[in-house]
Amino acid sequence: MGADIVLSNIKKQYKEKVVLDQFSATFLEGKTTCIMGPSGVGKTTLLNLILKLENPDSGTITGIDKKTCAAVFQEDRLCEEFDAITNVMIAVSSHISEEQIREEFEKVHLSDYERKPVSSLSGGMKRRVAIVRAVLADSELIVLDEPLKGFDRTLKMDMLEYLKEALKGKTAILVTHEKEEASTLGDIIIEL
Amino acid sequence: MKSFVQWLKKYRYKIIAGVFWIVLWQLMSMYINNTIFLASPFNVLKSLFLLCQTKDFWATIVGSFFKISGGFFLAVMCGVFFAVVTFRFVLLKEITTVFMQMIKSIPVASFVILALLWVKAKNLSLLISFLMVLPIIYINVLKGIHSADNSLLQMAKVFRMSPLRKVRYIYLPAIMPHFVSACSVGLGFCWKSGIAAEVISLAQYSIGSRLYEAKLYLNTEELFAWTIVIVLISAVFEKLVMIIIQAFSKSVTRTRRGRT
Repeated sequence: MGADIVLSNIKKQYKEKVVLDQFSATFLEGKTTCIMGPSGVGKTTLLNLILKLENPDSGTITGIDKKTCAAVFQEDRLCEEFDAITNVMIAVSSHISEEQIREEFEKVHLSDYERKPVSSLSGGMKRRVAIVRAVLADSELIVLDEPLKGFDRTLKMDMLEYLKEALKGKTAILVTHEKEEASTLGDIIIEL
Repeated sequence: MKSFVQWLKKYRYKIIAGVFWIVLWQLMSMYINNTIFLASPFNVLKSLFLLCQTKDFWATIVGSFFKISGGFFLAVMCGVFFAVVTFRFVLLKEITTVFMQMIKSIPVASFVILALLWVKAKNLSLLISFLMVLPIIYINVLKGIHSADNSLLQMAKVFRMSPLRKVRYIYLPAIMPHFVSACSVGLGFCWKSGIAAEVISLAQYSIGSRLYEAKLYLNTEELFAWTIVIVLISAVFEKLVMIIIQAFSKSVTRTRRGRT
């Protein structure tokens, strides 16, 4: 087991706009922490700092250095020219077989689309490809930025079940606006 | 027969346009009635037919072809190499870009005369076609590398994608459209500049020197015949190279089975 992720007195600002000011939080190992809050409050910035895509202006982040990470970004960030299986394959370790990826696609109702170029898929399908990619990456930390955004009610319920199963026992940080998502998936909820 | 009719139908406007210009050319030559000023299409074809029967004709084509196409391929290799090597190093990139921009803006004629002082006449067309294509490839490939989607590069960082996978799945799809259009421009350019270099250098077994001789002896029919040869070789070469490049582009920007 690794260590908890601890953020202490984090400050981040873009030009004049202070996004995070003296922010501190602990993300417990093996738990799913939900971050909730209105738009523009700095949720995505916080995830970028945890993923080391940005650096804080001041403050420290510990417990993340040696962790392997996977993410569902706010945008899908898929290689559009390539098909869904390839998109997953290139991001996960080589011991994950094509068969395992197919099984995962079946769970999220994407079996018929796994060999189609991602550019031809709908927004909801792309989102599911991005979710499968993050789940199969088998990382020590999964970061999810509004993963169920844009899904209809039925699909959202299915995907909530899928994610609940996939995140069980893993360290995960989930950003969402939906209380239902937070209460279903989150062990801990932080309001920003 | 059916396919020939379909082919005719498909290209009818192109064929009509071609016939229009040849008829106009014939009428103008009949009107001028002086083969030194304007040779007729028939006489040009006759001259081309006679040229085809000489050994010198083929040796000249081979000589020019290998030098000019050699210059093109060398420029492609060097342009890609320099773009890949310099894109991460700002100073190196600036130094190289200034040099490339300079080559790009210097007129071909100035370069040819200057280059004659540095290399033997027989190698001039190779050097000139190389120098003319190099900046086009370099600048476009560099632009392609910089156009790689930053959000995908961040994704690759988070998922710890190997450098090879980053190149294959993020950089190559970004570079290929720029590379293909650069090659298309470069292909036409290398023949124009290469032949111009041969006309000035008068190297043995070169199309340029044969053009010059035809002009010197007021042999307009042969001048036209050689021009047709240049256009044909250039078009066939461009078509073949573009087929290969586009096939390569498709293969790297589409899914293939197996991991890299």
